[in-house]
Amino acid sequence: MPDTITLQVARYRPDTDAAPTMQEYVVPLRQEWAVLDGLNYIKDQLDGTLSFRWSCRMGICGSCGMTVDGDPALTCGTFLADYAPGPVRVEPLANFPVIRDLVVGIDDFMRKLPKVKPWLVREDEPGVADVEFLQTPPQLDEYQQYSMCINCMLCYAACPVYAIEPDFLGPAAIALAQRYNLDSRDQGAHQRMDVLATAEGVWACTYVGECTSACPKGVDPAGAIQRYKLTAATRTLRSFLPRGER
Amino acid sequence: MTSHDVVVVGGGGAGLRAAIAIVQADPRLNVAIVSKVYPMRSHTVSAEGGAAAVIAADDSLDEHAYDTVSGSDWLCDQDAVEAFVAEAPGELLQLEHWGCPWSRMPDGEVAVRAFGGMKKMRTWFAADKTGFHLLHTLFQTSLQYEQITRYDEWYVTRLLVDENRVYGVVAIELATGRIQAVTGRAVVLCTGGCGRVFPFTTNGNIKTGDGMALAYRAGAPLKDMEFIQYHPTGLPFTGILITEAARAEGGWLLNKDGYRYLQDYDLGTPSPTPVLRSMELGPRDRVSQAFVHEQEKGRTVDTPYGPVVYLDLRHLGAKVIDTKLPFVRELCLQYERIDPVHELIPVRPVQHYMMGGVHTDIDGATGLPGLYAAGEVACVSINGANRLGSNSLPELLVFGRRAGIAAAEFAATGNTDPGPAVRAQAADERRRLERDLLARRDGRERIADIRTEMQHTMEGSAGIYRDAASLVKGADKLRELRERFGKATVEDASRTFNTELVAALELEFMLDVAETMVACALCRQESRGAHQRTDFRGRDDERFLTHSLVFLDRAGSPRVEYLPVTITRWPPAERVYGR
Repeated sequence: MPDTITLQVARYRPDTDAAPTMQEYVVPLRQEWAVLDGLNYIKDQLDGTLSFRWSCRMGICGSCGMTVDGDPALTCGTFLADYAPGPVRVEPLANFPVIRDLVVGIDDFMRKLPKVKPWLVREDEPGVADVEFLQTPPQLDEYQQYSMCINCMLCYAACPVYAIEPDFLGPAAIALAQRYNLDSRDQGAHQRMDVLATAEGVWACTYVGECTSACPKGVDPAGAIQRYKLTAATRTLRSFLPRGER
Repeated sequence: MTSHDVVVVGGGGAGLRAAIAIVQADPRLNVAIVSKVYPMRSHTVSAEGGAAAVIAADDSLDEHAYDTVSGSDWLCDQDAVEAFVAEAPGELLQLEHWGCPWSRMPDGEVAVRAFGGMKKMRTWFAADKTGFHLLHTLFQTSLQYEQITRYDEWYVTRLLVDENRVYGVVAIELATGRIQAVTGRAVVLCTGGCGRVFPFTTNGNIKTGDGMALAYRAGAPLKDMEFIQYHPTGLPFTGILITEAARAEGGWLLNKDGYRYLQDYDLGTPSPTPVLRSMELGPRDRVSQAFVHEQEKGRTVDTPYGPVVYLDLRHLGAKVIDTKLPFVRELCLQYERIDPVHELIPVRPVQHYMMGGVHTDIDGATGLPGLYAAGEVACVSINGANRLGSNSLPELLVFGRRAGIAAAEFAATGNTDPGPAVRAQAADERRRLERDLLARRDGRERIADIRTEMQHTMEGSAGIYRDAASLVKGADKLRELRERFGKATVEDASRTFNTELVAALELEFMLDVAETMVACALCRQESRGAHQRTDFRGRDDERFLTHSLVFLDRAGSPRVEYLPVTITRWPPAERVYGR
């Protein structure tokens, strides 16, 4: 393995740059180093003006998603050695406006998320103060994988529909809606239907499945969307039936 | 300038819990959450093992209290601990009602697991991503309250104080570089810990002690800053935490000879299955200290990233590991390229948690009217000289809620609005940021170099073991670094998402926090819990059954005073584990 590797990093400062440019940096290549370690080496040793987000560096806070050699990835969990001898291209996540360098704006997702009511809805009673709602392990299994979403936005960066249809709710928001729809304690599925069963909701998805491949946490948003299409279609059909037969 | 009834600084577990408590206590109040990251990026997300609260039929509040008090080496305030253990079960049930995916028993009831220093199984868990689920549950629940306005990615640089009362904050909107006052009748600090003061820490990059330094500069004292927790099992190089739950499920700590060395340190005798309050389920301070002794005896293994011992999970089997500890396996595979089902995990102690923090009473109130604090940034104190694993998540819920309610009452009744002095302070702060920092390109030193030196200084002077010589040397070095910081360069002049400016401000905060740690550690001439002085070996209840309170004096140096510990029902006694 060579001692160093070249990172080609996208730079963009809106105050001075008309368009993004690529800048090359040479960083040490070590077996343990993630792409994020390379970026921090640049920031601390070579060029303090490079901007990117990061925090936990253990794949759970969802801050450090970027495009690495063309693919959306968490840079804390993507290793330089896997790209040796390089160079490695590091760019901001696709499908989002670039604020600066490797930092993208995720306001669109933050606006869409509350629309799917990603919280537990109880219509009968809010729950007795000193007793838990019972939920068996199989009931937990029903929704657990959808609860693993860290909001890292890799699925939006991978989604070809979101790229051309910015009104699409998107994979993570729909998966989180399903996380609550499938939770045995929740009673809000019909409230979420108005948002999910629409042209901007599940029906926008053409089932490419890129979201599921991109997810670093094993969530299957594509599966969530397909499953919900079935739910939505069944409900729609039922609505044509006379009341007693629904 | 924008104004709200209450300004919460920090959008992690404590901040979100406080914000929800405020709008539930008084739906007319509007709340700002000002955070340097989006709420779901907050460091609560990294907590793994679980949250302690009495729920099992064979458990009792008194037992949880006693474990916490003895775990704290009697430095906690027992009235705070009694309130904490009494309210923790209700808080975890509230999280359950909000949708937290707690792991369950076959009959559907919430499951509990063992944890270090706890005599009963009382730690609720969501596999080994408890903090992640707790944070996302709180964040998603908070989205339904229209009274909560979030300032995501706004970095608070100063508290606004007039005539000894807090009126809000000044913050930088990172995306635009806009510097603006966000005022309120009360401020709740929920900014978390300060692990980045050290070179090797489980803490995320954002844990820079901001709230502690903000309060300290505004005149509110910090408490017990010498008590810094090292977690015994971090991965070498990254410092990624391997949860204590790995030992609670039956994992063993082995030295280079494959020997369960904790038996040599008065922590009990080995048995094949875990025994509560014994061996690998001892408290974190004692287990981390045992590592240092093993190292001194030459019984650790040298690696390029320091000496290690091994955590052995192999005998648990793939099924237990995959259902109870899936994240442990994921982290080991990804970051160490080893599979704990078949291989030993190399681990070493790693800075993890700050017992000390902003001095508050049992309702989160600091000495400064209008200023509250909760979570790791605060020191109530329930943790004293050593926090027990799985007490921090219920702590941020119980005291986040208490601080929220107290701040709501203060905001509803103490209804004075900020005057001209506050506006002038905000303008001063804007000038300081623009003139002193954004225009500093002629310096010779990098922010990162000073930060690295500070971190190694702290490890050398205020690590697991300290003495007067190392602490005095550390204090001198920190003074030198502060001078050098004044001449350091900020290369980045852009207004847009200037992370170098943030790094400079964070470093300034960390230098304050580091100084208070060293000052408190130097004054406390005894060994208690996580504060071990090789020149003062024993616990000294005659002189030091007391909290350290550290103030910023007029000359800009820390001044240490003492405050008696509150004892209600458990007089000081020997800490006994494994016998």
